[in-house]
Amino acid sequence: MKVHLPHGGFLGNIDQFVRGFDSTEPDKLVITAAEKWLWVHPMVLSMVASLALKLKKDNITCQKITARSGHYLKRMGLFDFLGTKSGMDISTHDSSGRFIPLTQITSSDGLTRFITEMIPMLHLAPKQVEPIRYIVSELARNVLEHAETKDGAVICAQYYLSSNKIRIGIADTGIGIRKSLSRAHATNSDIDAIRLSLIPGVTGTTIREGGTALNAGAGLFFIKSIAYTNRDFFVIYSGTGMYKLLKRNLKEKFVLHANPTIDRHSEQKDLPRWSGTVIGIDISLDSTEEFTALLDLIRNTYSRAIRERKEQRHKKQAKFI
Amino acid sequence: MISIKLFDFVGAFAENKDKAQTLRNDQIIPALNRGEEVILDFEKIDAATQSFVHALISDLFRNYGNDILDRLSFKNCNETVQKIIEIVVDYMQES
Repeated sequence: MKVHLPHGGFLGNIDQFVRGFDSTEPDKLVITAAEKWLWVHPMVLSMVASLALKLKKDNITCQKITARSGHYLKRMGLFDFLGTKSGMDISTHDSSGRFIPLTQITSSDGLTRFITEMIPMLHLAPKQVEPIRYIVSELARNVLEHAETKDGAVICAQYYLSSNKIRIGIADTGIGIRKSLSRAHATNSDIDAIRLSLIPGVTGTTIREGGTALNAGAGLFFIKSIAYTNRDFFVIYSGTGMYKLLKRNLKEKFVLHANPTIDRHSEQKDLPRWSGTVIGIDISLDSTEEFTALLDLIRNTYSRAIRERKEQRHKKQAKFI
Repeated sequence: MISIKLFDFVGAFAENKDKAQTLRNDQIIPALNRGEEVILDFEKIDAATQSFVHALISDLFRNYGNDILDRLSFKNCNETVQKIIEIVVDYMQES
């Protein structure tokens, strides 16, 4: 496998980075990087770290990082995952550090500890913490419950002062969304499965409306709704498919949609195969809506979607003979 | 009637579904089966995820029907927690 860390890899142009991912030769990982300037979204770091977890350290090579901004990689703990030395000296108590370094989560209690101990490292106001810990909990629990990988989830996050955003990345190398949903839902492609996973009430654990005792199939819909409301990017990459929620146009009517294809978004269906699932999300702290107001909107959309699907299922068609 | 203080089991952010499941199976369902009413006390809990609340109560709707709401109460919920509970309750009655 080959990964090139670009000079600028944010969610707006993440497609370019993903297209450059070479998934052949899965028993080794070669990492190259832009020489002068380096900037990558936490989603990219989570991907690289989760790939590294699958390999013996001898099979990982990383080009010497020369970009000055490459210190970021060390600070986020990437070289600890790679098992290589960075050759860079930085203080781990960097004063600008409002970040959560790369962390592997493999258990339910480990996730609870992570949320309790790590989220405070972002030094945010309680109102701002609310959607972030919600998102982290739901995404990481999805991995623990559905990805079927002992490596669990790899997650990291970074606060950016200039844009006043938290950027979060979470990756796993499990079975991916399509296979996970396939126990209950037939899909034609990875992008088809991703779309389905965003619809409220759809879970891979059952075809029954209402889900199971443990799964309602609403987690990703909630998170997409948070991103849509705040006009933030939200990316899901699994198999060869990618769904990217684009920033909502301010002129368009503000409506939460149960159907993700109605939202302003882009799709890719022929990307290099990622065996597992990767999610990237930006959360703008300037525009973080009151979480409770968002919940009102979600309640209406969620209930309506379930009702409509139920009606659709039970509605009988006229028989013409 | 029994009152279950959730904070003692899950802390201030109620998100651990495994603990929700344990609470449901070990405390809530046995009490309901004894014919008791159950109060879920959210004192000191400042937020909960939809997944947690679903894991805590959705099976009660399946086992006892929508009338379970006559025997199940939610106490000391802040606005966020109350809205999450309402979403799950709506969902279980719609589905």
